[in-house]
Parts: sequence; C-alpha cells; structure tokens
Amino acid sequence: MTDTEKLEKFQQRIDNGEKIEPKDWMPERFRRQLIRMISQHAHSEIVGMLPEGNWITRAPSLKRKLTLLAKVQDEAGHGLYLYCAAETLGIDRRELVEQLLSGKAKYSSIFNYPTLTWADIGVIGWLVDGAAIVNQTMLAKSSYGPYARAMIRICKEENFHKRQGYEIVATMANGTLEQRRMMQDAVDRWWWPSLMMFGPHDSESPNSAELIKWKVKTKTNDELRQRFVNLTVPQALAVNLSIPDPDLKYNEETQNWEFGEIDWDEFYAVIKGNGPMNRERMRARNRADAEGEWVRKAAEAYAAKRAAKPRVAS
Amino acid sequence: MADSFDQQTRDDVFDYLLRLGDDRLILGHRLSEWCGHGPILEEDIAISNIALDCVGQAIGFLRLAGEVEGKGRDEDKLAYFREAIDFRNLLLLEQPNGDYAYTIMRQFLFDAFSYHQYEALQESRFEALAAIAAKSLKEVRYHLRHSSQWVLRMGDGTEESHRRIQEALDDMWMFVFEMFESDALEQRLVAQGIAVDASALQPKWEEMIANVLSESTLRRPMEPGYQSSGGRRGRHSEHLGYILSEMQILPRSYPGAEW
Repeated sequence: MTDTEKLEKFQQRIDNGEKIEPKDWMPERFRRQLIRMISQHAHSEIVGMLPEGNWITRAPSLKRKLTLLAKVQDEAGHGLYLYCAAETLGIDRRELVEQLLSGKAKYSSIFNYPTLTWADIGVIGWLVDGAAIVNQTMLAKSSYGPYARAMIRICKEENFHKRQGYEIVATMANGTLEQRRMMQDAVDRWWWPSLMMFGPHDSESPNSAELIKWKVKTKTNDELRQRFVNLTVPQALAVNLSIPDPDLKYNEETQNWEFGEIDWDEFYAVIKGNGPMNRERMRARNRADAEGEWVRKAAEAYAAKRAAKPRVAS
Repeated sequence: MADSFDQQTRDDVFDYLLRLGDDRLILGHRLSEWCGHGPILEEDIAISNIALDCVGQAIGFLRLAGEVEGKGRDEDKLAYFREAIDFRNLLLLEQPNGDYAYTIMRQFLFDAFSYHQYEALQESRFEALAAIAAKSLKEVRYHLRHSSQWVLRMGDGTEESHRRIQEALDDMWMFVFEMFESDALEQRLVAQGIAVDASALQPKWEEMIANVLSESTLRRPMEPGYQSSGGRRGRHSEHLGYILSEMQILPRSYPGAEW
C-alpha cells in the first residue's frame, strides 16, 4: 500500500467510528499530536498537585484533610496513567518528564495561579475540575483507544472531585460572613482562568481542524467553553455567588449564557511563562526531580545488584 | 464496654487513645507535606497513601477517645483545639521530614513498632480499640513492607544512598527508646487487658530492625548519649508547635464555623 492509500484507509476507519490502537498504522503527525496532547495532560495532573497540595496541612477538618489528600493522590495516579497512555505511542516517560522540566512541554495554565484561601480548594474542584470534565467527556470518545479509555476512568474520579469541591463551595457560601467573602473572592479570581482552560477561540486554534478531522477531539474550544458556562452559571446562582462578568446574560432564544470577552493578553502571557506562579511551579518540579535523583539511582543500583546475584534455590 | 469503666479507667483510656491517635495524626501530617514533591511519581502515590492511612487511623482513635471522655469532644475538637502540651505523640514523629532517607527511616522505625503494637492490641479487652487495631494492622503491614524495602534499596544501593540512610538512622536513634517507655497509666490498663505493655514490644522490634539493617548493610548506632522522651506527658520538641499552628489555623481563627 502506498502512503496515500494507507492514509485513506486510516481516515476511513476514523470516519467509521473505529478506535485506533497502538499497533495500528497511523500518520506520523497523528502520533505526534497525540503525544503532545496526552503528555500535556499528564504534566497538568502533576503540576496541578502543587496548588491544592498547598492546603493539605491546613485543611479545616480531618474529613476535609482526607478528601483533599486523596484527591491530590488521584491526580498523581492520573498522571501516571496518562504517561502510560503516551508511552503506547513509542515515547519514554523520562523523556516526557524532561520536556516538562526544561519548559519545552506545556501544562494547563490554570495551575500558574496561587491558592490563597481554603475557598480556593472548593473553587478548584468546582470550576477547574468542572472545566476539565467538560473537556474530558469529549476526549473519552477520542479515536485513539488508550487515550479514550484513560479518559473514561479519569472522568469518573473527576466527577467525584467536582462534587466534593462544590460541596465546599456551598458550605462556605452558606456559612459565616467571612467564609462568604473568601468564597466570592475565590470565584472572582478563578472564573476567567477557568474559561481560558478551553484554549483560544476556534479561529485562533491552529490544531483544532486537524484534531477534529481525526476525531481526537469531537467538539471545538468555543463549543466546550459555552457548554461549561451553561452548566456552571446556574450552580453559582444556586448558592448566591456572583460571576465576575458584567456582560453575562441569558439568551432565551439560544438558551445560552452569553459571556464577555476573555483577556487574551493574559491568556497568552501565562502560556508563554509569564503568569504569577509559572516560575515557582517549575522550580518546585525541578527541585523534586533533582532531590529525588539519588533515590532513583539507589533503586536502580539495588535492582541491578539483585539481578546480578545468583538465585538461591528455596 | 466504655460505659462500665470507672472514672480512673475512663481517664486512663482517654489518654491512651490520644497517644495512639496523636502518633498517627502527627506522622500523617508530616507525610502529607511530601505530597507533590516526592522523588518519583510512584512514591508520591505511596507516601500519600500511607499519610491517608495514618490520618484515617488517627480519626478512629480520636473519635473513640472523645466518646470515652464523654464531654462532647469529637475527633476534630481533639485535633484542632488542643495545645502542644496536650498532645501525646512520640517526638520521633514530629521531627521534620529531612531528605527522603530521613523520612523513610523514621517511617521504618515507627512501622516496626506500630506493627507489633497493633498485633498485640487486637487482643485488647476493649473491643472498640481491638477493632481499630485489627483494621490498622492490615494497613501497617503494607507500610512496613514499603519502608523496609526502601531501607534495603538505600542501604544497599549507591554510596550516596548508603551514607544518607545511615546518617538518618544515626540522627534518629536518640528518639527510638521513647517508643518502649511504659508508665503507671499504661500499666494500670495492661493489668485490665486493655493496653499493651510497650516495653514488652522491644525485643520483637529489635529483632526486626536487626534483620533489615543487616540485609541493608547498615550498622546499628551506638547507645545515644541523650535519649529523647516526654511526648506521652506533653513534653515535646520545638517542632510540634509549628505543626499545630499550621494544622489548626482555620478552626482556631473562625471558631464555630463549618467547613
């Protein structure tokens, strides 16, 4: 088969709704795009542990402490799972980690904002996990089998996290004056960055058309963003929190919550590394990796010694 | 059974449960500080898991302590509204994490103790306590396997890892004897079949430690010039105050608020 024929057959399989599996033929660009997406997603899980991890030791009850610790641990698990999915495309996890540490690979910009009060922990669960779920529910139908399967599993846990987050939000929104103030402040800070999670407008998104043709994605950034806003605004209203957008209004005809323009300068600045926490997050990841090097080496050396020892019959 | 305790026993059991709970609460706090900063992703997961178990066990003990005390204090009241001088944990467990060798060695020394402690406490005549011990023993069996395997890897790994884990052991040795101190309170409960005599756990602990150290090519430190003590009486190191000020900040700042 010529490459053109292979490509045609590949597209046909996609159009028929078939899943592409690791051993199947795929265009090199499909492989590269998937490695980029899946590893970015994995890196986001890992860097995402930092802002929430910041509050584990200060959780206001033992139950909340357990829940948050378990959530951050889930994120580490998701990261591991996604690195494995990326490895099915023929790249080594260490190589991906080094791309993150050197700044070559991206992760979700949302984690370049600081967590200032306990209210942030509720809002991250509600908005950030909420936005991630909208995106991942779509990716669970992705044409690449291992990615789709990873997403199905991860989505289940994310839904759980979102519920827990919203429960914190509702509790504080119905709590004391100080708690309400903290919660509204957290919504004010996290709302716009959450909308940015869906990426640039469709017209500005260079990868979108190709990813949709290959059914890696099945909806555009703007469609997903609108879906998120429609889901979330009523949840804010239900607990009397306001959304920091003077242009927000409901359109009876389209049944959409229309919203104002995102500050795209901020969006691109943070992506380029110029957000409030970019340097600190990368420093934390690099420090953990550097300080862990002797530990990893010890494990390797020990395993090698073990393998070299003659086996004793038992 | 708690209903049938006389006042003295009630006070003793309350204090004893604080010892058991505070050990796990404070260790869990320290371990949770690693979350997101571990040397490898698998260890982030493992250490968080152990921290979760520790805090979970602490909840069980502190809740039971509150019930035995009968003054309406639940596990959160006991965790968040006591002062350092009211905490009953071992000093070993409040020491800062240090490098990963330090964390692993602290864990190993305590796991080996905790394992035998739970094994004996399963037989406690106080059923509620025996039940927590039986459930926790299963968890600690895993913790012990994890920490002892890492002691092996570090001890018999590279020159650097050997040096680090030996140093951790040497630094921590002054804290281990506190685990085996018994006092009048404990003895009164031992006599009733409720508590376990901590000093009786030492031989088994020594044997376990000796085996792992020898396989790890590590040497048992000399008897320390100073043996740390006092946690069971609320006499702590300077570190505990900082742990508590961090842990307790929100409930203390907003008393009565629900979170």
